[in-house]
Formats: sequence, C-alpha cells, structure tokens
Amino acid sequence: MKLTLKIWRQKSANDKGKIVDYKLDDVSPDMSFLEMLDVLNQELIDKDEEPIAFDHDCREGICGMCSMYINGRAHGPDRSITVCQLHMRSFSDGDTIYIEPWRASAFPVIKDLIVDRTAFDRIQQAGGFISVNTSGNTQDANSIPISKYAADDAMDAATCIGCGACVATCKNSSAMLFVGAKVSQYALLPQGQIEAAERVQNMVSQMDLEGFGNCTNTGACEVECPKGISLDNIARMNRELMKATVK
Amino acid sequence: MGGFFKSSIGRKVAMALSAFFLMFFLIIHLAVNITSVFSEASFNELAHFMGTNPLVQFALQPVLIFGVVFHFVMGFILEIKNKKANGVNYAKNNGAANSTWMSRNMIYSGLAILAFIVLHFIDFWIPELNTKYVVGDMSGMHLGEFRYYQELVEKFHSHIRTIAYVLAFILLGLHLAHGFTSAFQSMGVTAGRKKTLQNIGKGYSIIIPLGFIIIALYHHLKYVLS
Repeated sequence: MKLTLKIWRQKSANDKGKIVDYKLDDVSPDMSFLEMLDVLNQELIDKDEEPIAFDHDCREGICGMCSMYINGRAHGPDRSITVCQLHMRSFSDGDTIYIEPWRASAFPVIKDLIVDRTAFDRIQQAGGFISVNTSGNTQDANSIPISKYAADDAMDAATCIGCGACVATCKNSSAMLFVGAKVSQYALLPQGQIEAAERVQNMVSQMDLEGFGNCTNTGACEVECPKGISLDNIARMNRELMKATVK
Repeated sequence: MGGFFKSSIGRKVAMALSAFFLMFFLIIHLAVNITSVFSEASFNELAHFMGTNPLVQFALQPVLIFGVVFHFVMGFILEIKNKKANGVNYAKNNGAANSTWMSRNMIYSGLAILAFIVLHFIDFWIPELNTKYVVGDMSGMHLGEFRYYQELVEKFHSHIRTIAYVLAFILLGLHLAHGFTSAFQSMGVTAGRKKTLQNIGKGYSIIIPLGFIIIALYHHLKYVLS
C-alpha cells in the first residue's frame, strides 16, 4: 500500500505546530497502525529527521495510551478499538490519512501527537477510590452479596481505560463519559456507597475545574469509546449528583 | 443547591427542566390553535380564556417568558463555554460518524427558533399585550365579534410569513428530535436509552411541528384558494 500521511507536528507545548505531509510506500495491510508509524519513524531516523512522538504502551488495547485522531475520528474508523488494534487493512492503497492529537483545552499538546491527560488523574484523585483499611483485617469483597446486574454494570463501567477518546470526539470536549464511568463503577457497589455523595461532588467539581466542556448528549463519546462505555453512566452520574445535592 | 446549578451537570439539569416546561407549553399551544382549523367559535372561546384568565396571564405566562429567556441565554452561555473547552479545531473531523446532525447543531436550530419567536411576538404577542394592557380593552371583541380568529387568519394571508412559519416549525422539529430524549437523559433517566422513550420523542418531535405547519398551511391555502 502507498499512503499519504498528514500528521500534526509540534515541537513543544509552546510551538504553534502544523500538519506535515509524509509519503509511505510498501505498507503491509497486516501492520497495525502503530507499526506503520514505527516504519515511518525509522525512515525519518535514517534521514536524520526528528521522529514523530506518539503515546503507546501495551499495544493490546488495554492501556489507553495510543491517542490519535485519525481521519476525523478518535482511534480511527473502526468501532470499539484503540489505535494499536487498528490495522492498515482498514485503509486502501493510495489513501490520504490525517493523524492529529486529541483536541481539548484540558488536554494540551506536549509534543506532536502526545497530549497531557493528567487532568484525568486529578479527577480520579478527587474521589475515584474507596477508603479501605488494608492493614490485614480487610473483609473479603466476595463475602458481600451483590446482585448480578449491579456487578455487571459496575464491571462494564470499570472497563474504562481513561484514554480520553470521549473528550477528543466530543464537540464540547466534555469528560462526562469518563467521570460517569468512574462514578458509576463505585456507585453501583455497596463498598462505594459510604463515600458516594462526596465522591460525585468532588469528581464533578474537579472535572469542571480542569476546563472540560458541558455535555449536550450527542452520544458521540459512546460510539467512539474503545470499551463501549454507555451513556447510561452519564445519566447515573447526573442522578448521583442530584441525590448528593438534596442530601 | 446554588453550587449544584453552577456545576456543569447542574446547568444541563436546568436546561432540561426549562425544556420540559417549554415542551409542555407547546402541547397546550398546539391544542388551542388546532381548534382554529375545525371551529372558529371554539378557537375564539379558548383564545379569550387563555388571554384573560388571571392564572394563565399572571402565573403561567411569566414562568413561560422566564423559561424561554432562560433556555436560550443558558444555551448561549453553554455554547461559549464549550467552544472555549474545545481549544484548537481538528483539521479533519467526521462528526457524522458518531452523532446526529440535530445533536451537533442545537445552537443553530435554537437560533432559528429564537428568530421565529421574535417574529411571532411582533405578530401576535406584542399587539395582544398592547390591546389588553396599554389600550385596556379586555373584551376581546372587535366590531361586535371576537377578534382572535380574524387576527390569526389575516396573518396567514402573506406567502412569506407562511413560509417563514413552516421553516421555523421544521427547525423546531429538528431541535426537538434531539432535545426530547436529551432532556430525559440529562435528568438521569436511563430509560431515555430505551425504545419507548425514544419513540415518544420521535412522535412528539414530528406531531407538534406538523400540527403547527398544518394550521399555517390550512389558513394560508384557504385564503389563497378562496
């Protein structure tokens, strides 16, 4: 396959940045998208040029690092995948592919395709946990009966890998799918009930503080989420916050 | 509680609450107006009741005005905040791949509806207020008969006004097509995802604007063909 790549290059957070065109011949359809970028980077290194900086880690769709906006969509054209799970067979010979970093004021570009997603960490630190005494006398979690439905929904919410595709794809750069998932994961389980009210209030106010936008229920996040996190989690977060407010 | 409505979620809840009131108002407005197609006398009676009943005039009407103003002012505020949260635009963005046109363009359908409301107020509401509260004529009569039906019919003599009304109602339909289920989702109704509510939303966003369109076209065609 021959490809034309239009890739966002930006030297540093303060650099203005621009789209740069690259030509790549001999791309195998069996390559993953990241392997294709590895090949391009090797060519750039051989030519003594600066390779393209991009986030990646596990390359098996679980770490949430590979954050790229490919041809106008978070993680590219296929559904329920991260970029490392996207293969070049999803493209055709002669294609032009746009590769851009996540765009949101709360996710500033660090370099090229790498953005600063520590805003998610700070939201998580604001309440995405349960306080458990781990001194050795902790109760076995399996000894607390939990309905199958609640357990399944909590597990579905917990599959969020915090990649930020929801924010990247949202026309409002809202982080509500991420925060909704993190709130729901605990709200559905008895262990999460004790701190439920403070958790949702603290996480939502941290989310607002970080400069994420306001959700308008377009549902784009749910479609682009590599883990298929449902909008129901946002509805649940809304309920939890209303409940916490009237309490 | 004050903190709640300053939060992003509080604002969307406030948006949804005002939307519920406006959607309820649309049902009442259509129910009254549709009678003009069937019976001049019923329309006149209902219009006179709505226009002179103190509860409607001094309790519901102020709430309605507040609801309308709040809904669009908050809509603008949210749009500005969201643009700011967006930062740099993508060189290539494929919004159609994951969301409906209606959901991505609520601000534009909203602006069109706002422009329509201005026209509608100039057409009906301001003259009505003038007659009732400035001139002080609460009788609702003109030349010995109720004036409401006649005033309505005359407005739809104009081609341009009729077209403007029909276009505005189509945009209202598009606004409601996203807005109905969106309001429920904002209020935390997970069932908003389920078929029933989505179907009610579809029905509502078609029937309400279509009803208004039928009224406008009926009176226009009746005049043109007579």
